[in-house]
Amino acid sequence: MRGWVFTGLKTGIKSTRYPEEEEKRPGVSPGLPIAGGNSLGLVDICPTNALLASNGQVALEYGRCVHCFRCARAAKSAPLDWSSGYEWADLSAKAGETAVEFGQNGFGRSLHVLVVDAGDCGACLSEIAQLNGPYYNMHRLGIFITPTPRFADVLLVVGPVTEHMREPLRKAYAAMPTPKRVVAIGVCALSGGVFVPSFASGSGVADVLPVDVVVPGCPPPPLAVLHGLLVAVGRKPPSRMFVSQRPVEERTPVL
Amino acid sequence: MMRLQDALEQVRRRWPGEMRGEFGSRKDALEYEMESPSAEVPELCGWLFKEAGYNFATLIPEERESGWELRYVFYGDRNQGVLHVLVRQPIDNRTFLSLIGHVHAADWNEREAEDLFGLSFEGHPRLGDFVLHDDHWPEAIAPMQRSVDGRQPLPHQQREGVWQPLLVLDAPGAFAMPIGPIYSGVAESALFLLETTGEDVVRAVPRLFYKYRGIEKIAEGRSVQDALLLAERANGTCAFAHGFAYCRAAEAICGAAVPDRARMLRLLLAELERLRHHAGAIREICESTSLAVATSQASIPEEELLSLSCSFAGHRYLFGLNTIGGLTRDFESAACLDVAAGAADILRRLDKLEEELRYSSSFLDRLEQVGMVSNDDARTFGLVGPIARASGVARDLRRLQPYSGYERMEFAVPCEQEGDGYARLRILFAEARQSLRIIQQAVARLPGGPVCQRNLEMKSGAALGWTEAPRGAAFHWLRVGQDGMVQRCRLASPSLNNWNGFHLAAEGFAFQDFPIIMASFGLSVAENDR
Ligand code: SF4
Repeated sequence: MRGWVFTGLKTGIKSTRYPEEEEKRPGVSPGLPIAGGNSLGLVDICPTNALLASNGQVALEYGRCVHCFRCARAAKSAPLDWSSGYEWADLSAKAGETAVEFGQNGFGRSLHVLVVDAGDCGACLSEIAQLNGPYYNMHRLGIFITPTPRFADVLLVVGPVTEHMREPLRKAYAAMPTPKRVVAIGVCALSGGVFVPSFASGSGVADVLPVDVVVPGCPPPPLAVLHGLLVAVGRKPPSRMFVSQRPVEERTPVL
Repeated sequence: MMRLQDALEQVRRRWPGEMRGEFGSRKDALEYEMESPSAEVPELCGWLFKEAGYNFATLIPEERESGWELRYVFYGDRNQGVLHVLVRQPIDNRTFLSLIGHVHAADWNEREAEDLFGLSFEGHPRLGDFVLHDDHWPEAIAPMQRSVDGRQPLPHQQREGVWQPLLVLDAPGAFAMPIGPIYSGVAESALFLLETTGEDVVRAVPRLFYKYRGIEKIAEGRSVQDALLLAERANGTCAFAHGFAYCRAAEAICGAAVPDRARMLRLLLAELERLRHHAGAIREICESTSLAVATSQASIPEEELLSLSCSFAGHRYLFGLNTIGGLTRDFESAACLDVAAGAADILRRLDKLEEELRYSSSFLDRLEQVGMVSNDDARTFGLVGPIARASGVARDLRRLQPYSGYERMEFAVPCEQEGDGYARLRILFAEARQSLRIIQQAVARLPGGPVCQRNLEMKSGAALGWTEAPRGAAFHWLRVGQDGMVQRCRLASPSLNNWNGFHLAAEGFAFQDFPIIMASFGLSVAENDR
């Protein structure tokens, strides 16, 4: 046992300084494409219709981009630029009255998070799991993952919400005490991603529960998930990436 | 092990049917297809599985214009090739003979086919509620049938308590405890029904497919490029291996010649993924034993491999790199050297961790002689990957049916005999070392040239692609129509094979060992459910 203590001490502190400081370690985020430019030809190569033409410019619906890199590696037209950031979380379009304003913390000092897998591919969950490790160590921010809805303040949902998971997800939400927040993690949870249209799953969490915060990415890297949690409790301002988001009804179907 | 020619000769003599050689126009493997009358299939397959030394890969059901085609795929040792046993029946004859008495490994494949295609398998004892949960869907639904439009919602119902598996335990104080589908910190959704008298788990019944996304169905009608996104996301933690297998199938159909540089880079990336996956699996085992410092020590290499992958290839889980005909991007030589050096660095840390774990008796106590799977069981249930190799089954497609240049790589296939949790942990460490060896060789021998065959034209046809994914053998069967769209995409994953044998490890051990056994099996639910 003594050996382990030494090993722990020898390793020193690895944790990121985020959110106090920006994280500059390479490889913490795959980035996202940046809208703009007039290579409208790109619009057709996006497999999930995340790219659209708007006033002669390429616009981007972040809730649908699945990191396929086609627009970045397009041979024919000028490729899109990529951002290197990770502060992607935004308030959902329908967050409405329950949303916490930035700076106004609706929760106490510690935050308990229930993670529900509603059919993800495993990558989103894996990124969430990294938050417990020494590099991200979200315990230092008073954020803890709890296995039961009874003690949870925030519900973190990944996956497009499969038919089989709809009821369990609803029940978990109902079992949580109020006040509570729902954070949808990853494009599948935002729009169904590559898994829609389908008989087997819906197009995201918003079909089932009121969503407060959305975090795009396929998968969103750990710091983006952390940003989502901080936005949910008003400890960080939202990215405003979704300001232009169109309502669900107007979306063109995939393929 | 019987040689391919001898096996084919015997098959020809005992089960005269139609035999088609050199199937699939593949240059790097021997692939044979033999068509057999329905009545003879179970015995023929049983002979291949039990006597000729072939392993069961998967069952591929297809509804064609001309009728049903069921394809039982087997693979042998390097010189034994890949065999497809094909059986055809008219569309209105949906009853096939079950292989259950002959090839136990086919059990779950048949249950899946029954549920999704509306077929029935005579002699199979456990059909019904499997992929489609009966409390959610009416019995008559068979979504994989061609007449069903997978983009539209299907009628469903909501009834409680329909799933009631037969309880076997009849003793005072016996009870059955359901765990799931939402049950723990960061875990995939699945349900386990544990039958117990209080101390030991007497019977463990997993109920899966909560995450069923119908990937095989929704792939139909998509372009070959777009369905690749689904293949990658069937299991995001092994996305490269699955994308790789899928691309190999597509490349076999259109006769693509993947440039040498891309072939080698694919090995580099596949092994980088394996290394990262194994680091994660090791972390999960440490976590399950609640050894806090070891868990953090194991999280460090995992995160470092994720960020190394991202700095190198642009994505932490290596999405968007594979494409039909090669890779979507090239890499600078300096970056390749860096990734090899970075991986070597991280591996040193893993080695140190292994050394320290080896001397932590409290840790070893929880893994040794826990969650055992015997060699016989591993074979009978057709287990694959690190789990099988920890039970003395040294199967690895990179060795048995090498592809993309593995035949020229020097690496060992580590194998242990005990079949317990500790053996599985040792295999993960040992395989991580072999992955580094392959990465280093790939970087040292990287040829120049393009990374993708240009102007590739998609053709119609069908082919099988396979890779040894981090969790074991992955087989992708792809059929492309005249219009260049996917007609059928079968995604046979190692987790489907291994979940079928999970209860072997879980039964007979104490309750508190259950999470440890789960972790040491390291199964993916997403990869199973698809
Ligand atoms: S990277 Fe995102 S925006 Fe670009 S083509 Fe792919 S899905 Fe569309």
